[in-house]
Amino acid sequence: MGFKKYLAKRAITMFGVLMATLLITVALVGSNMDAILKQSVALEIRQQVTNNKSLISSFKTPEQLDLYVQNQIKERIVALGLDQPWYTPQRLGLAMYKILTLDFGHAKFLTSDTGSSDVKDIILEKLPRTILLFTTATAIVSLLGILLGAIAASKVNSKIDKITSGFAIISSSFPVWWIGLIMIFLFAFVYPVFPARATPTIPVTDPGYLSSLLYHMALPLITLVLIGFGSWAYLVRNFLVGVLQEDFIMAKRTAGIDEKKILYRHALKNAAPPIVTVLALSLSGSLGGAIITEAVFDWPGMGRLYYEAISVLDLPVIIGATYVLTAFFLVSIFLADVLYGYFDPRVRRQ
Amino acid sequence: MSFSPKEIWKEFASSNIALVGIGIIAVLLCMSIAAFVTIPAETFREWNDPSSWLAYPKSALPAWINYFLPEKIPEHLILKPQESHQESGGVSVVTDVFVTDYQYDSFPSDFIYQYKAEYQGSPLVQLSVTRPDGLSSVLMSTSLPQSTSNTTFEAMLFSTDDSMKKNIQNKIKFLFPVDFVPSQDLVFSDLDQNKVLKGVYVFKVTVYDVSGNLTLDQSKFILGGKVYGFMGTDELRRDLAVGILWGTPLALFIGITVSIGSVVFGLVYGVFAGFKGRATDEVMMRFNDIIYAMPALPLLIILAVTIGNSIFLIVGFLVVFGWVGIAKVSRSMAMQIKTLQYVEASKLMGQKDFKIIFKHILPQLLPYAFASIAISVPAAITTEAGLSFLGLGDPAFPTWGQILHDASVYGAAERGLWWWILPPGIMIAITGLAFVFIGHAMDTIVNPTLRR
Repeated sequence: MGFKKYLAKRAITMFGVLMATLLITVALVGSNMDAILKQSVALEIRQQVTNNKSLISSFKTPEQLDLYVQNQIKERIVALGLDQPWYTPQRLGLAMYKILTLDFGHAKFLTSDTGSSDVKDIILEKLPRTILLFTTATAIVSLLGILLGAIAASKVNSKIDKITSGFAIISSSFPVWWIGLIMIFLFAFVYPVFPARATPTIPVTDPGYLSSLLYHMALPLITLVLIGFGSWAYLVRNFLVGVLQEDFIMAKRTAGIDEKKILYRHALKNAAPPIVTVLALSLSGSLGGAIITEAVFDWPGMGRLYYEAISVLDLPVIIGATYVLTAFFLVSIFLADVLYGYFDPRVRRQ
Repeated sequence: MSFSPKEIWKEFASSNIALVGIGIIAVLLCMSIAAFVTIPAETFREWNDPSSWLAYPKSALPAWINYFLPEKIPEHLILKPQESHQESGGVSVVTDVFVTDYQYDSFPSDFIYQYKAEYQGSPLVQLSVTRPDGLSSVLMSTSLPQSTSNTTFEAMLFSTDDSMKKNIQNKIKFLFPVDFVPSQDLVFSDLDQNKVLKGVYVFKVTVYDVSGNLTLDQSKFILGGKVYGFMGTDELRRDLAVGILWGTPLALFIGITVSIGSVVFGLVYGVFAGFKGRATDEVMMRFNDIIYAMPALPLLIILAVTIGNSIFLIVGFLVVFGWVGIAKVSRSMAMQIKTLQYVEASKLMGQKDFKIIFKHILPQLLPYAFASIAISVPAAITTEAGLSFLGLGDPAFPTWGQILHDASVYGAAERGLWWWILPPGIMIAITGLAFVFIGHAMDTIVNPTLRR
């Protein structure tokens, strides 16, 4: 199977996943969504009628008015296609088409910082912040992890190796969000260095907003790095230990090449494919975890948006955010596949 | 690839890390048993009912903190009557005596006497105190509402009542201005200055009744303090020791059920796909890929919000996303095993597929299955904790994640209520670690390549 064919197959699977996730989401929230839409239609029509004084005065009895309103609501519901259940093919198809073209509609309760209730605006405002936090964290974590992992691998069973492995196992058993609570306790209460809430208090339009945002980012960033780099170092160490036992490294050693050069040039290069894969996967994993992490720190990104949307059941936002989160998740998995093929020629030639 | 159970156990027992894991799990099991035995199921059901925690203090530190402090913080005490006797004659007299050795450096925040009386007529309730210096005073006397038939009456006497301060002032002469001193401070104060007089205080409740058929029930004396119990209390006055203790069996239940469910399902699914091969395998693995690539947490949240958040449903949802990795590995293992001669032979002999799978292939995978069960427990526990932390947990079963959710809602971290956030997280981590240790040790036995 050629690499291109392999990638094509993966891409189709990814698209299938995206569709399946959306279908599940629409199916789960669909019936609620209909009820909410119907309510809002009824409310809208009542308002229109009450605002129209001449229309009201043309009715003789309240019963007539009521009948008129009911008919109007019925007509509108039929016009919007709400009379059919959400699972009919037309409505499902329309819903999926709208989502695919990034038309998520308007949010019911939530708004963006600038006041827009268009779901697309809200997401476009929150998404960069999530990317900012999590890519920075992943970059720092992977750098630290590769460095520490290489040191540990070059001195197997030394003190530093054992400390790294121990730290990795212990740090990965604590939930990130719990470490977040502890960090807030330590650095916002005991030593008040950082703000407890990561949302800047000044408006977005203020020129100092970006620096304030970066300052507020410090605590979540430190937490993500602290909880992440241990297991990273452990992974890198394990990959490297495997590579370092291979024959070509032995040959290089006997040829008298500097041990450091062997480690950082040759061994690391050979351990790159799995490392890069895990890097991409951990990025996607941290995006999934963003919901809780951002909720803890009150970081104004996609995760918190999702959490808020869930708590007030703002369905258009939930669907939009699920779409974007899933898409990012899948893109990073796909990227991992591509990178793996790029770094490991065996996959390409298979 | 095959091991006898004895060999496995021998290797397992020689691994220190596995023994630590087993030890921790044994402790957790003891805690679970202790939870079942010592804490009545009703207490646990009432976890989210604020009215059942009224006798407890708000956000109280754990009591052991006093060992580290030069100034002892008064402990919140819920006293039961030490003696209780009834004299009958012309007037029947019921007496309940509460004794406390008060050795703290500041005054109690308040005290409350709570009781339930069954009576006829109009009995008189009197609360009095005898201090360490021998002085005694009536604090309060009140009569119960007149009733001609048998009635039950529940009430409380509060230290904040105005009459209490007057009664003490009349009886005991303090040598400092008492105008702005609350009555509980007077009761526990030295005569010369407004400082705590340490020693044994005896509070006596006497009920005088003429009708003669009086019973005093659920009589307790609550001395308000700022430290309580082994783990302290939270903002909603709940005893955190109860929550932590009850969280243990719940966490074990969630972790073990989810991991067994996922491993069994994944194993059967993977082995079936690997054994069948061809189109069946292709279809089953594509389906596996789809579930594998789905973002679990957002979907879990949507499922919990729309379908329901009962603990059993959540266990089910976690299994749905938990089996895929195991299916992948067991598929590749099954593909190896099915080429072995004895499998081929039984195939030629005409044995049915499911019999070959269950008799010849699955037993070979058992060691791997046990290792996977142990390894997937922590993820199940932390994921449930994460869902609970977002407020999507089952309110009928307070897990550690839910305690942390409440802590977060009430801003425990920013306000420095460390005893509210530390124990649940540490318990989650310790439970996870124990299973990681065991799984790690088992993995080394099952995968000889890992041994070095």
